[in-house]
Amino acid sequence: MSEKDLEKIFQEKIDNEVKIEPKDWMPEAYRKTLIRQISQHAHSEVVGMLPEANWITRAPSLMRKVALLAKIQDEAGHGLYLYSAAETLGVERDDTIDDLHAGVAKYSSIFNYPTLTWADIGAIGWLVDGAAIMNQVPLCRCSFGPYSRAMIRVCKEESFHQRQGYSIMVAMANGTPEQKRMAQSAIDRWWWPALMMFGPHDADSQHSAQSMNWKIKRFSNDELRQRFLDATVPQCHLLGCTVPDPDLKFDEETGHWSMGPINWDEFWQVVKGHGRCNKQRLDHRREAYENGAWVREAALAYADKKAKRKQATQAA
Amino acid sequence: MRSKAGLSHRHSGSLHAADAEMALEMARDVYTRRNEGVSIWVVESKNIMASDPEDKEALFEPAGDKIYRHPTFYELPEEVKHM
Repeated sequence: MSEKDLEKIFQEKIDNEVKIEPKDWMPEAYRKTLIRQISQHAHSEVVGMLPEANWITRAPSLMRKVALLAKIQDEAGHGLYLYSAAETLGVERDDTIDDLHAGVAKYSSIFNYPTLTWADIGAIGWLVDGAAIMNQVPLCRCSFGPYSRAMIRVCKEESFHQRQGYSIMVAMANGTPEQKRMAQSAIDRWWWPALMMFGPHDADSQHSAQSMNWKIKRFSNDELRQRFLDATVPQCHLLGCTVPDPDLKFDEETGHWSMGPINWDEFWQVVKGHGRCNKQRLDHRREAYENGAWVREAALAYADKKAKRKQATQAA
Repeated sequence: MRSKAGLSHRHSGSLHAADAEMALEMARDVYTRRNEGVSIWVVESKNIMASDPEDKEALFEPAGDKIYRHPTFYELPEEVKHM
């Protein structure tokens, strides 16, 4: 069969919502873009553990601490599901991690912002996981089987993350004047970065058309951003807090909120590596990998020892 | 993963581990944070033999037109109520 015929069959599957599985024929570009997207998604989960891990030892109560630990554990697990999904496309997880450590592979730039107070943990769960959920639910229906199945798993686990965050915001917004101020300050610092998580405006998004055609991406950046805005503004108001957007307006006719302009300079600066924590995040990842080498070596040595012992007893 | 007694094991996903014992521990950590199961099986991926997608038609089409394998193919007198 010619390449053209194979492509035709492939596109027909996509158009008819038939999932593509790892051993099915696929265009090289489809494989490559998925390897990039899935591995970068995996990196984002793992790097995303860092800003929250910052507050484990300072969680204000035992309940908050176990909830935060459980959330961070989930993020590690999500990273692992995604590395597994990426590997079905013929890439080695270690190579993708090398790319991350070399600064070649990206991760979601939201994690380059610092967590300055406990309220930030609330804001992250509510706004950052909230935005992630908005993006990840459509991915459950993406055309590539392993990615879609990984996302279904992730979404099931993610729903407590957002509630955990919002419940922290509720507690603080209904607390002392200082706690209220802290909650508002966290909103002021995380609101716009969360909106930026949806990526550039549709008009400025290069790869989108092909991704939509291949049903990797199901909704445009702006569509998802609008959905997030409509869901989240009322949640902010319910806290008695203000949205840090002087141009925020509700359109009675359409029933949608409209927002002010995004600071794209900030977005691109952070994406290019000049955010508050870019260096810190990567340094931390590299250190963790290097300092953890003894664990990997020990595990392999121990496995080897057990295998030899087993052989010895069987031979005897 | 067997989610509960009586059900069969279903595929949960893959993982990296140094050996089979570690793989069981990893599977517990990675795939059972939400009470997903009561029993875990792990198998090295090299030991899985998979059918070739190219052979899909040859392997599975023959069953497609053997409608007489289904109970609905058979017409029975109305008086026979439960068969």
